[in-house]
Amino acid sequence: MSGFRLADGGRIDRRTKRTFTFDGKARWGYAGDSLASALLAQGQMLFGRSFKYHRPRGILGAGVEEPNALVTVDRGPGRVTPNLRAPSVPIYDGLHATSQNRFPTLKTDLIAVNNVFSAFFPAGFYNKTFMWPRAAWEKVYEPIIRRLAGLGDSPTTRDPDHYDATYAHCETLVVGAGPAGIAAALEAAASGGRVFLIDEQEEIGGGALSDPAQWAWLAEASAKLAALDNVTVLARTTAIGHYHQNFVVAAERLTDHLAVDEAEGPREKLWRIRAGEVVLAMGAIERPLVFEGNDVPGVMLASAAKTFALRYGVAVGRKLIVMAVHDSGWRDALALHKAGVNIAAIVDIRRDVAADLIEGARDARIACYQGYAVTSASGGQAVNGVTIALAGVGKGQKLDCDGVLMAGGWTPTVHLWSHAKGTLRWDEAWGAFLPDKTHENLRCVGACGGDWDFGKGLSIGLLPAPKPLHESKAFVDFQNDVKARDIGLAVQEGFRSIEHIKRYTTNGMATDQGKTSNLNGLQIASGVLHRPVTEIGLTTFRPPYTPQSFGAILGHHKEALFQPLRKTVIDDWAADHGAVYENVAQWRRARYFPQGSEDMDAAVARECRAVRSAVGVFDASTLGKIEVVGPDAAEFLNRMYTNPWKSLEPGRCRYGLLLGEHGFIIDDGVSARLAPDRFHLTTTTGGAARVLNMMEDYLQTEWSDLDVWLTSTTEQWAVIAVQGPKARRVIAPLVEGIDLSPEAFPHMAVREGQICGVETRLFRVSFTGELGFEVNVPAQHGRLVWEAIWAEGQKHGAVAYGTETMHVLRAEKGFIIVGQDTDGTVTPDDAGLGWAVGKKKPDFVGKRSLARPDIVAPGRKQLVGLLTDDPQAVLEEGAQIVADPNQPVPMTMIGHVTSSYHSATLGRSIAMALVAGGRDRMGDTLHIPMPNGTISAKVVAPMFYDAEGSRLNG
Amino acid sequence: MLLIHCPYCDEARPEVEFAYGGEAHIARPVDPSTYSDEQWEEFLYIRSNPRGRHHERWRHTHGCGRFFNAVRDTVSDVFETTYKAGEARK
Ligand SMILES: [Zn+2]
Repeated sequence: MSGFRLADGGRIDRRTKRTFTFDGKARWGYAGDSLASALLAQGQMLFGRSFKYHRPRGILGAGVEEPNALVTVDRGPGRVTPNLRAPSVPIYDGLHATSQNRFPTLKTDLIAVNNVFSAFFPAGFYNKTFMWPRAAWEKVYEPIIRRLAGLGDSPTTRDPDHYDATYAHCETLVVGAGPAGIAAALEAAASGGRVFLIDEQEEIGGGALSDPAQWAWLAEASAKLAALDNVTVLARTTAIGHYHQNFVVAAERLTDHLAVDEAEGPREKLWRIRAGEVVLAMGAIERPLVFEGNDVPGVMLASAAKTFALRYGVAVGRKLIVMAVHDSGWRDALALHKAGVNIAAIVDIRRDVAADLIEGARDARIACYQGYAVTSASGGQAVNGVTIALAGVGKGQKLDCDGVLMAGGWTPTVHLWSHAKGTLRWDEAWGAFLPDKTHENLRCVGACGGDWDFGKGLSIGLLPAPKPLHESKAFVDFQNDVKARDIGLAVQEGFRSIEHIKRYTTNGMATDQGKTSNLNGLQIASGVLHRPVTEIGLTTFRPPYTPQSFGAILGHHKEALFQPLRKTVIDDWAADHGAVYENVAQWRRARYFPQGSEDMDAAVARECRAVRSAVGVFDASTLGKIEVVGPDAAEFLNRMYTNPWKSLEPGRCRYGLLLGEHGFIIDDGVSARLAPDRFHLTTTTGGAARVLNMMEDYLQTEWSDLDVWLTSTTEQWAVIAVQGPKARRVIAPLVEGIDLSPEAFPHMAVREGQICGVETRLFRVSFTGELGFEVNVPAQHGRLVWEAIWAEGQKHGAVAYGTETMHVLRAEKGFIIVGQDTDGTVTPDDAGLGWAVGKKKPDFVGKRSLARPDIVAPGRKQLVGLLTDDPQAVLEEGAQIVADPNQPVPMTMIGHVTSSYHSATLGRSIAMALVAGGRDRMGDTLHIPMPNGTISAKVVAPMFYDAEGSRLNG
Repeated sequence: MLLIHCPYCDEARPEVEFAYGGEAHIARPVDPSTYSDEQWEEFLYIRSNPRGRHHERWRHTHGCGRFFNAVRDTVSDVFETTYKAGEARK
């Protein structure tokens, strides 16, 4: 219990108290407090347990760089957010925050014994453990690591909040509203362009919020900005990433700072901002120093202590010692002293310190130890003293304190600069990387551009200490529990590049992305390797700058809006008739129509029998459709498809097979020639856009001499398949102007006329093997025509059938489904479709590839039928096939099942499969090993029903 | 998100309107049957994959629908230029 509220000062509102809980205990603070400042003011020093060793940890920083004090905030069911940084959580009435990674409580953590066994958790622990016996990993190590490690608990219930999203455009976007950012925004605004100024904190001001001398200026500047019509100021808005061409994504937190019952509207808003110029004014983050015990609660950044005192009116301790290698530590010490915080001593490894700083310290009666280093900090759950030694050598002397302030110099916040692929240069004076070159219209101002006066200092990765490195408990990455000695060990084990050292030690890989650890890690590696920092490299910063909720990134794109759901005009009818749906590409399709208590198998069996014995109607509207028009239409299709098209007479249809230039099947469909210069193409449901794109590609870039126009008509036509021996009788009373007699309207023909008074393109085609028609009508009339056909069908025992029945019926006939029976490596011959390849055609897309050596080589996988020895055994689609079930594991797999169903018509199961050299195995028995035993099946031709095709004639 | 200038629309539009179309200036042979297996392999599969200037195809799929060519730096992702299909390599 050592922090306390100062008698005055800070930007908090001392007249407005806020009550909240931390780990279930009632706490309070003032309006304007952060969770960290309110708790510090009440003497709290312990805020969390560390990731790996469960060491007690306190506050390190006063901003988003905080690695230790991670808390979970509970705003009700589904509104639990882990891993928030206590200094960045504003308090409100009713806030419930809990500490993390402790078991069972923060004060008594049983797992802290880990600490005692820390020798078992060296660098590369994870990598090394992975190499131990597999069984030990699964049964012992993984459960233990899962229990010990992990930052916070991920939510288990649905997030009830909604999230807004917007686009914005401006001439100038300024990221960071400290003094440099505000100045840049005012300057840009004067030129009249649109200006955005965004800042992650609760209010704008940045570093000026911790400097009362600047508050008058800040108020004036804020008022000026607010009065400008062309300026948008967004606080609580974090720029999470810079993307190409000055596209910055920022998340605005709209309600998390409000009491739960006051929060209305979306929780966050994601801004996608395209800016002419981006000005980064993101400041700099102070570096900790690396010494024994630097993670004991009470050891924090000097700048953080200054912010807590001057912005929040909180002293972080009663007797503080500053460990500085940089002038800024002295300046902060003097500012703290002036604010009424007791600074007992300033320790500085440097002998030469500016006279005015020493004089200032003497005037404040602060003891000065130049040339000294803190060699260790002592204490368990709170620091109680330090040992300091001249040049870090020898036993040294002890000093009592209840807080240690580290001033290790400053690291400019170049994260977004790096996202933009801006290069960095090492700056010796800063001991840090500064922005160098960029191809974006992007610049850094203020501290993040190296243009700020923090004074002078050393950059030193590790303070000198008498203890050898391998015995030291000096931490570099607090969040991932990486010690200086881990980096030493990584180097000793042969790692040289900082990218490798980072991954092996996990330094900088926690949720804070190493905001306080990267530079120290680099300096230590540089020291151990005896090579300059610039030769060791720099790790890459990636978005997001700070952890970001998935909710904001998702925005409105969830549930029904996650992706478009395409419905046909008959979809509502199907819903009314109890359809069970499945999604095919983005389409929702009726899969089957159960009646009463039927399950899928029963419904499909009934639908199949009805189609084979009477008639069925099927909504085929999702088929892709392309209208191909122009004098060269036939020539174009002749070049695209494997089949000949020029000889196709108007009024006739043809099955078209489309290959890629690589010779593999990519689509198929029946197409009709309506006139010499007009074709009605169909594609697979999922392939429509892909096929149109491919055809446009050839037309625009290879054969631009052809006079052809392609138009997607998928959604212009509703398609009703009427299939079964009674199909003609069902449509006959409805059709006008078309002679339906078999002589006048043969299989694979198309006629134009009317149905129910609506224009139709009537196809006589069959994907079932039965007499069949596909009625194309303009989509707006689809429902009307469907209902008329349905009503007529009732006189003939018609059923409505879905995609599952369609699949079974076509499989009985051995018709392939591209993408199910083919997988992008199947040629026409492999699929048994060699007949569809025009042998006399000089060229078509993919033809040359069909002569490639590996395509004509024997042993390719070929489509065959499979009949299981047990007629009731239905194979699993995707199951692997072997020739010899008794061979040792791993077995030689010779193919896989592509389609498999129970056929009600045949009273047994049927399957299709791709099998190596399949057509040479006719009559052979193959084996399909499954978890519950091996299933045997005989290889047959992929044609199970009406091989002669007599049923097509009704 | 990239901004891409469509030479047909003469507008810089966001990347989501476009689809990438692979390396540019790889013409389909007039008569593929005259190609040896090695030549055909080269046409089908072998791409330059440079570090730096890359000639590539894009289609303004959700705009005018036209295919066009672009020169993009594969390191920085900066577009040097875009030009209409059929124009000479830049
Ligand atoms: Zn365009």
